[in-house]
Amino acid sequence: MTVLSATPDTDALTLVVTADLAAPPARAWRLWADPRNLERWWGPPTWPATFDTYDLRVGGAAGYHMTGPDGSRAYGHWTFLGIDQPTRLEIEDSFADEHGVPGAGMPVTRMVVTLEPGGAGTLMTISSHFASAQALEQVVEMGMAEGMAQAVAQIDALLAEG
Amino acid sequence: MLQDRAVDRVFHALADATRRDILRRVLVDPASVSTIAGRYEMSFAAVQKHVAVLEQAHLVVKERRGRQQIVHGDVEAVRRATRLLTAMEEQWRARVGRMSVVLAELDTGHGPEVAGVSGPHPPVPLPGADRPTGGTS
Repeated sequence: MTVLSATPDTDALTLVVTADLAAPPARAWRLWADPRNLERWWGPPTWPATFDTYDLRVGGAAGYHMTGPDGSRAYGHWTFLGIDQPTRLEIEDSFADEHGVPGAGMPVTRMVVTLEPGGAGTLMTISSHFASAQALEQVVEMGMAEGMAQAVAQIDALLAEG
Repeated sequence: MLQDRAVDRVFHALADATRRDILRRVLVDPASVSTIAGRYEMSFAAVQKHVAVLEQAHLVVKERRGRQQIVHGDVEAVRRATRLLTAMEEQWRARVGRMSVVLAELDTGHGPEVAGVSGPHPPVPLPGADRPTGGTS
C-alpha cells in the first residue's frame, strides 16, 4: 500500500488522493462494498465507525455512527449516487443528527472512488468535493475529533502486526 | 476553529489566480502596493482591490514604512487555510493504511465475504454490535 499523491485544490475545494493497493480491483471493491470491511477502516481508531444500515444500489443509503473515546456518537449518512462494480463508486457523505437523518446545515462531501488495475494491483483514486469552505471546515473539525498523530501511531502498529 | 465567515473570506481570497500570485510574492518579498502594481497588466486600482481582499482575509498585513505602505504575507493565516486540506489528506493516508490491513486479511481468506454478484441488493438491516469478525457474513 502506498499513497501516491494527495492533491488539495483550494480553488475547487477538492482533494484528490491516489493510492496503490496490493490487490486486484475486484478485491479492493470489497473494502467499500462490504460494511463489515468498511467499518474497519472508515473511522479513526479512536472514533470507530459502525454501519447500522447499508443498501448498496443507486439511490440507496447507508447509515453509520462513529463512537468517540467518551462514548459520544457522531452520525453519518451515505447516499449511493453511482455504482459500477468493481471500478467506480460515487457517494454523497453527510453528517446526520442522532436519528441518522442528514440535516440542513450539516456538511456534505461528494466522493468519487475509482479502482483501476495498475501498480501493485489496484490504483485507487478518491476525489472528495466539498460544497463550501464551511463544509470543509466542519468535515475536518468533526472527522478530526482526535489527534491524527495518535491514529497514525496505531495504524503503524496494525501494519507491523500484518 | 476559524469562524465560518473568516474561512469563506480566506477561500474566496485564494480563489483568484492574481491574488494567489500576489500572496506568493509578498510572502517571500514584502513590497509596496505600487511595486506590486508594476508587475501586473492591470490598473493600480485593480491591484489595490486585490490587496484589500487579501487583507480582509488576514492573509496579508500592511505596514507603514516612511511614506509607503508595505504589504507582507501573513504566514500563519496561510498555514491555517492549508491546514484544513492537509488534515483531510492525513485522514485519507490513515484510511489507506487501514485498508491495506483489511486487504491483507481478505487475501488470506480470514475476512468477511461479500457476494460477488452485481445488481441491486435488498436493504439489509445490520446489527450494531455482536457481529462476526470472520467467516461469511
